[in-house]
Amino acid sequence: MRPFAYARAGDTPTALSLSGREAAYFAGGTTLLDLMKLDVMAPERLVDINPLKAEHGSIAADGSGLVLGGLARMSEAAEHPAIARDYPAIRDALVQAASAQLRNMASLAGNLLQRTRCLYFRDRSWHACNKRNPGSGCAAIQGVNRRLAVLGVSEHCIAHYPGDLAVALVALDASVDLVVPDGSTRTLPLEVLHRPWGDTPHVETNLAPGELITAIRVPAAPWFRRSLYRKVRDRESYDFALASAAIALDLAPDGTVREARVGLGGLAARPWRAREAEDALRGQRLDEGSAAAAALAAFAGAVTHGENAFKPELGRRTLVRALLDAAAMET
Amino acid sequence: MPTLIGQPTPRIDGRAKVTGRASYASDEPVANPAHAFLLTSFIARGRITGFDLAEAKAVPGVLDILTHESVGSEAKPPKQASGGPTTTTMEDDQVWHDGQIIGIVLADTYEAAREAAFRVRVHYAAETPAASFDAAGAERERRDDGEHQDYAIGDAEGALGAAEVTLDAAYATPTQHHNPIELFTTTCAWENGNLTIWEPSQFVYGLRANVAGQLGIPPERVRVVSKFVGGAFGSKGGATARTAWIAVAARRLGRPVKLVATRDQGFTIATYRAETRHRIRLGATRDGRLTALVHEGTEVTSRPSRYNVSGNETTARLYACPNILTRVDIVHADRNTPGFMRAPPETPYMFALESAIDELAGKLGLDPIELRRRNDAQVDPVSGLPFAGRRLMACFDEGAARFGWADRNPRAGSMRDGEWLVGLGCASAVYETNIAACAARVSLRPNGTARVEVAGHDIGTGAYTVVAITAADRLGLDASAIDVAMGDTTLPAAPLAAGSSHTASLANAVAAACEMVRDRLARAATTRNAGPLAGHDPGTLRLVDSCLTAPEGVAEPLSDAVSRLSPGVVEAFAENIPDGAPPDAMGKLHAGTNPILRGYKRSDVAAYAFGAQFVEVRVHARTCEIRVPRMLGAFAAGNIVNPIAAHSQYMGGMIWGLSAALLEKTELDDRAARYVNDNLSEYHIPVCADVRDVEVMMLPEDDDRANPLGIKGLGEIGIVGMNAAIANAVHHATGRRIRELPIRIEDLLSQSRGAHPHPFGSTIPRSPSPERFASLLLSAADDDLRHGRSQG
Repeated sequence: MRPFAYARAGDTPTALSLSGREAAYFAGGTTLLDLMKLDVMAPERLVDINPLKAEHGSIAADGSGLVLGGLARMSEAAEHPAIARDYPAIRDALVQAASAQLRNMASLAGNLLQRTRCLYFRDRSWHACNKRNPGSGCAAIQGVNRRLAVLGVSEHCIAHYPGDLAVALVALDASVDLVVPDGSTRTLPLEVLHRPWGDTPHVETNLAPGELITAIRVPAAPWFRRSLYRKVRDRESYDFALASAAIALDLAPDGTVREARVGLGGLAARPWRAREAEDALRGQRLDEGSAAAAALAAFAGAVTHGENAFKPELGRRTLVRALLDAAAMET
Repeated sequence: MPTLIGQPTPRIDGRAKVTGRASYASDEPVANPAHAFLLTSFIARGRITGFDLAEAKAVPGVLDILTHESVGSEAKPPKQASGGPTTTTMEDDQVWHDGQIIGIVLADTYEAAREAAFRVRVHYAAETPAASFDAAGAERERRDDGEHQDYAIGDAEGALGAAEVTLDAAYATPTQHHNPIELFTTTCAWENGNLTIWEPSQFVYGLRANVAGQLGIPPERVRVVSKFVGGAFGSKGGATARTAWIAVAARRLGRPVKLVATRDQGFTIATYRAETRHRIRLGATRDGRLTALVHEGTEVTSRPSRYNVSGNETTARLYACPNILTRVDIVHADRNTPGFMRAPPETPYMFALESAIDELAGKLGLDPIELRRRNDAQVDPVSGLPFAGRRLMACFDEGAARFGWADRNPRAGSMRDGEWLVGLGCASAVYETNIAACAARVSLRPNGTARVEVAGHDIGTGAYTVVAITAADRLGLDASAIDVAMGDTTLPAAPLAAGSSHTASLANAVAAACEMVRDRLARAATTRNAGPLAGHDPGTLRLVDSCLTAPEGVAEPLSDAVSRLSPGVVEAFAENIPDGAPPDAMGKLHAGTNPILRGYKRSDVAAYAFGAQFVEVRVHARTCEIRVPRMLGAFAAGNIVNPIAAHSQYMGGMIWGLSAALLEKTELDDRAARYVNDNLSEYHIPVCADVRDVEVMMLPEDDDRANPLGIKGLGEIGIVGMNAAIANAVHHATGRRIRELPIRIEDLLSQSRGAHPHPFGSTIPRSPSPERFASLLLSAADDDLRHGRSQG
């Protein structure tokens, strides 16, 4: 760990004025502090934004949708009755993430921005990591990569996005509210918050330096009540997804899919919206066959490397399981 | 006579532990310590060509940075308990393995030492390493007979050729690390030429002798203190390189030095369970009598070491079979030297044998318990000696009844609960009964309290309480009246806490010292005065309920009996050399060698504990998650001193077995020969949600052929059958026979992999080409590359 300056921001303008390319916002610290101790991240200044929780920490739901303050804690969102009732996929994703202790600390915005668990990224003693040392290569592509991504990868990086919440949110058409250092605001669809790796895997999001996520918005759709998040992992709890699927279904009375939303986690470079699967399902009666066809479509572009060769198959099975479970939900 | 041995007794140190008053090694207060942070190598093979230390030394608070260039001649490598020579560290410029200690940063604070470590740059002349079995450059050799032996009984190859039914299968187990919660710490302080070491240790006398030898000073000038150990499992049994270097650092600074190595450094500065491979060939008659057993093992070790566990010394003895052949090969790779880890031989080797027995039962169409019954040995098939108690089939019968084995549909894949496939599996557990020489001192006061001193080790197992129970039982006191001192080389010598031997070793020595106290009290009471016991036969008097008591009930209060000899304290020092142990056993112990008598090297009996383990697994029919809702172990391991602690030990072993079978694997980057998941966020062990019903049955067994107190030891047997029981249950649930651990989702996903034709198929062998390796290397010219790894 390197020495760093610490500043506590009492309000949003102060936070923005303290921000910058060499600074990092500090909320729960559940990713940042680990990576600083590992010497993977070395910000010169931490800007503690926890005092901003009064401004950006509330959770509100009405007929138009759900607004989650960026500084609300994961546990607060998981316990919110409107989320449990109207957005079960979000609740499922939250309660299956991390541990109770971490959920009490981690902010929602920080959780969206958690970084990959790629072992080579998290250990500075490996030179070859295009994310840490642009242009140095990727040690993982031919290395220990069981947990790494098969969707949205490039020849320069196969790091996976490890989170759960963002997978549910991306399936539910969420967007994020941002404040920009000049004080203006903008809104970004969650689907484009994270960038594909391409040849710049060190640039992970479309956030400009100093931009702050103040809220997450999820539009209301009554059929989002028929939504869920299924997470497949080696152990029963406190484990990142090997594969996960977030599903929301709008079913006609005869079981035909009017609309489907599909997010995939643990499998992709970023929170993954499987639009090919959604397209394949639309107008179909949801059954084993149509679910399998959608799963095939979702992984048509999968690229595997050695140890993670099993992940498309696991991903397909996870998606089929989640689709059939969602179709069977009582709403 | 009422006995405390066998009564459930809460730990006498429990309150100290849960209130934070138990002083672990790094908790010991020392005056004004400097803090050390280890520099470890980023390459697995090569030489160090130079260090750039200026930037690191400029960090405020940094006192010194030790490397082979500055201190290389000041210490020698530690002697290994097993396997001969080991890798060096800071003696010279050679790098033997990833994560090798190559330097020590010393600073006023831990934070400064760590920051400076990140600013050290190391230049290497790196060579392509060999990571494991299949790597180019790995050297294979047959393990000579010596510490371990191969067996050739009858004509196994011939019997295989003639067998009605045969099985030929290969199995594999991965690299695993102990990861005790307490990290590897060392604090050293010098005073008047005497060195004190505070370090978590399973063998303080061994560590003392080793460090003295490394530094070239007499052992009497070294004191090792290890009062509490926060988990060891074998990893703190032998001396590792760090200790002597911290002593060197403290001597150079003229100031105590404290090291708390990081979690990731623990993967490479201590030992581990090396990966193994097995080929098992079984021959049997159609009705299930074994006619041939061949168990060939291959184990990985470091370049210089011949460390191996040779668990086929156990698997050869478990079942009655007239033709037995065993062999072990070792493969030298560019790795740190492996070492003891809970049931070192049995955990990997019994996975292979007990999986194979289950496979053979399938071929024969026999219930796997029935197959074991038909081959239940009455004498050790290797030595021909009788077993000192063998309740294996009683364990199976009582365990099976309790577990509901009769409800199992024998057909694989036949049991289901909704979306989950259900499988029931079982396996035998076995562990040799070991005991070592040990000394103890007992001091009895007239007020009915006593102190017991023995340099034993409570590695979390409840040894303090075992000692207290034994002394209380023999002195006729409550356990709460016994003050126990352990974990210090100023106390009477005790052996290595390992091999499930410590309870037997300590308890028999403490009992011997107590007997000396009783004998002195009895002789005085019967011969020296006109008290109530005058004229009695001293041999018949017992200490019961704070009285010295004759058989017919005449009694004298303990205070009178003790005061007769001394108003202060009556003290006895005893050395217990087990029957069959060499007469120089105490001398060896003082010289730092563990004088263990192994249950299979005795001339009178083959001494083993036995058990039967049962597991229910559930495998999701679609996504193949593997869960374990129920485990049951039934064990017969001689007299149980403290059933509460024994229950915890068994349960812990079973949970670790679940962990080993399904989760634990140290991932090795085979190009660089480096561990990559070297932290607890990526090296997985079960969480509470993974551990559901765990049931332990303790079958009574009173057999003083094992040792006078009939204690067999149970620290390790709980893990022994678990790997195979889980693999057998997974097979029963799914029809898939997985022969390589850990068993993971991907092993069960693909329909085509059911036969698992390549036993090592889930890791694709990749020999590192020089080009691929070079692409991973640190470039010495790269300014971005700095040293030190830390774990948050």
